[in-house]
Amino acid sequence: MAKKILLDNIDVPGLASFEVYKQLGGYSAVEKALKNLTPDQVTGEVTKSGLRGRGGAGFPTGMKWGFIDKKSGNPRYFVCNFDESEPGTFKDRHIGQLNPHLLIEGMILGSYALGARTSYIYIRGELFYVLKIIEKAIAEAYKNGLLGNNILGTGYSLDLYCQPGGGAYICGEETALLESLEGKRGNPRIKPPFPAVVGLYGCPTVVNNVETIATIPWIINNGYEAYSSIGIGNSKGTKLISACGHINKPGVYEIELGLPIEEFIYSDEYCGGIRNGNKLKAVVAGGSSVPILPAELILRTATGEPRLMSYESLSEGGFQSGSMLGSGGFIVMDHTTCIVKNLLTFARFYHHESCGQCSPCREGTGWMEKILHRIESGNGSMKDIDLLVNISKHIEGNTICPLGDAAAWPVASAIRHFRAEFEEHVKLQKCPF
Amino acid sequence: MTKFSAESLPIVNRILKQYPEGKQKSALLPLLHIAQAENNGWLSAETMDYIASLLEIQPIEVYEVASFYSMFNLQPVGNCVIEVCQTGPCWLNGAEELLAYFTERLGIKAGETTADGKFTLKTVECLAACGNAPVIQVGTDYFENVNKQKAEELLDKWQKENKISHTNPYL
Amino acid sequence: MPLLKLTIDNIEVEVEPGTTIMNAARKIGGHVVPPAMCYYSKLEGSGGKCRTCLVKVSQGSFKDNRPMPKLVASCRTLVQDGMVVQNTTSPEVIENRRAITEFLLLNHPLDCPVCDQAGECHLQDLSYQNGLEETNTDEARRTFAPIDIGNLIKLHMNRCILCYRCVMVADQITDSRVHGVLGRGDHSEISTLIKKAVDNDFSGNMIDVCPVGALTDKTFRFKSRVWFTRPFDAHRKCTKCSGKTVLWMKGEEILRVTGRKDKYGELEEFICNDCRFVYKQPKDWEIEGPRKIERHSVISQNHYEKLDNEENEDKIEA
Repeated sequence: MAKKILLDNIDVPGLASFEVYKQLGGYSAVEKALKNLTPDQVTGEVTKSGLRGRGGAGFPTGMKWGFIDKKSGNPRYFVCNFDESEPGTFKDRHIGQLNPHLLIEGMILGSYALGARTSYIYIRGELFYVLKIIEKAIAEAYKNGLLGNNILGTGYSLDLYCQPGGGAYICGEETALLESLEGKRGNPRIKPPFPAVVGLYGCPTVVNNVETIATIPWIINNGYEAYSSIGIGNSKGTKLISACGHINKPGVYEIELGLPIEEFIYSDEYCGGIRNGNKLKAVVAGGSSVPILPAELILRTATGEPRLMSYESLSEGGFQSGSMLGSGGFIVMDHTTCIVKNLLTFARFYHHESCGQCSPCREGTGWMEKILHRIESGNGSMKDIDLLVNISKHIEGNTICPLGDAAAWPVASAIRHFRAEFEEHVKLQKCPF
Repeated sequence: MTKFSAESLPIVNRILKQYPEGKQKSALLPLLHIAQAENNGWLSAETMDYIASLLEIQPIEVYEVASFYSMFNLQPVGNCVIEVCQTGPCWLNGAEELLAYFTERLGIKAGETTADGKFTLKTVECLAACGNAPVIQVGTDYFENVNKQKAEELLDKWQKENKISHTNPYL
Repeated sequence: MPLLKLTIDNIEVEVEPGTTIMNAARKIGGHVVPPAMCYYSKLEGSGGKCRTCLVKVSQGSFKDNRPMPKLVASCRTLVQDGMVVQNTTSPEVIENRRAITEFLLLNHPLDCPVCDQAGECHLQDLSYQNGLEETNTDEARRTFAPIDIGNLIKLHMNRCILCYRCVMVADQITDSRVHGVLGRGDHSEISTLIKKAVDNDFSGNMIDVCPVGALTDKTFRFKSRVWFTRPFDAHRKCTKCSGKTVLWMKGEEILRVTGRKDKYGELEEFICNDCRFVYKQPKDWEIEGPRKIERHSVISQNHYEKLDNEENEDKIEA
């Protein structure tokens, strides 16, 4: 059995309630940290654990905390990014819905480490039912002296609130999230300055993903060494992988980083193989934004090594033959799948979600969708395929925020690995599937 | 809706206290959700102007925000708004067929409302429940692994009970 | 504070700390100045959106001589001591600017023949310098009907490039803002949502800051191509603004009044609506003399040196 850090008790009935969570040892990390550790020691544990941001970028969490401006004298904020919207990703909902106190405990620890007195959990508006579960848990935490004034008699005080979004993928970008939390349009800010210096209400702020935050209690309880002994290379600890598509057992799995992808797809412990005994065609391994890989390259790297679930292994070969671990949204496609049509749904998504602030993304995402629609419906030309590559190149790296890259990479990679399928659409003047 | 109902006011007042002094604009999204629920599922200019006056901001600041986020409707909708996810993972698992079923059964296309005002059909992008695709959302409820048969049962039920999807999401 | 040294296209310049690459380039002038479609030095927070001014930083600073990994927005990137910047000497920058121009034109109606902005349009200039000769697209363009926002300003949303300048003008120099950017992505539009007049003493400046023909002066609408008019510096005593303007005349008639723009098309000073829209008689103004317009501008084709206009009228066609 693989090590479980986040989903250890996930099947325990009533886990969302304070009593059950407490009985299972919950809030012991808060007790330990607030009573025995300084904020800097908490940050130190997280830094040394090697934990990396689980929202998709994989940035070292402790380092991000280290950037926070403590000199300005302004209030500091700790914000949880629960705007889970990356297609293929549904792991944060799993935590928020079933184990809200774990998230709250992580929020208290992070807030304490950063010196925040008010913290927010920003959750996508569609997940209002999860917001209500979290708000109920927050109320329980207040009642039991874990939030509010003078927590556990330690002198540390914290208010925690849950804020709904309004339906906008872009608010998963941390500065767009902060704008949204300020009651504005979700337009990403131009950086620098970064949130660690100028964040929420112009004050130093750290934004972390749900899964990242939910990992902190375990690190505090068990020590950084225990955490960094799990995993492989610079991919420490465990990762939630949300698996979907054409597999027998879609769902949220906690894996130890370094697990062979072949095992993840075919073992009964995880995805249980491809549905109907079909053949694996392609995988988008880290949420819709990351490059798609054909079966042979997802199972093995270009050099023939087994591909592992880790930041390093998934990106091995660069974009030429590799991809990214991303958010852990694992989308599996069998041989009946039309790659062009799947890509069209992604392109439509990014077009729909572009905030419209900067011109390459605003204009380019819609353009790519139109061309893909044309190709998929049998009205495309060979020139269109190169044009798509061209547009994606001109969006990539040229936008205010990473949504541009996220829209460009799927297009570029699908054509890189499945060009023949695009050409077939053009030649047949229809979709061959 | 001219103002928040007595039922919602305590929630509104609680939300307003969640932000530092002078930062009440932060309450805009939560308040718009409640206002929309109390204005038959959409935000009229009067409704948004009311929120603006409550938060002491310019009406245009509310319009800008309401028109940015896809959950807010700036046009009237039916009693029951059915939102069908159509992004990749849902498409891989039959979202197109599901949408076709709704279209046929309701006699309307996505974005339209039935003549009797009972249903509005909407396509939406990723609802982040991809493991149980295809997924639809009605009000604050998610319905997952929705096949044609399940859709039929749901529609029958909603038809019968005159389902209203716009209820205060905090209640 | 000591000055910071940098080079742009191999030309060395020294600037105060806190200066952007764009403003350092403007200090040098000429071809090293990147085009700016959204940045406006007099509007706080402007810039960063259109991406036409992206440049290559091939050395970050003396301290850290690595290149920056991506092209950067020169209008929003601060100079570091020892920075090496490439604008027109970088093929990557040129290639990228061509692409951005194409993006900006993708949904643009190209209705220059009937657009009042033609001849003084920054998108036109950008296209001449960086545009493709042929289009890559036959996609349908996004369209909006033209509307009046108030009785003085016409909005052609089709032409808008969403630079946000007019929104910032309303925010920063008028007492209340009734228009803004509504919608999202390529459905975004400048709008008041419900029909509201943009009505305040300084609203006319929205026209002057608009880089394209999205916001135009209704009182000047279809009166003349701008290159058939003659700009004169003029002033009047005004209690609301400096009263310093440019009169755009045809014969004795004042067809239009605008603020005075510098060589980057930016207003030297914002002017009030009285000066812009009310005083349209030559007797209202103290005329200072011909307004110098950049040599390469199409407006300068209507060359004239003196006030005796009639004499020059015949030369226009030549």
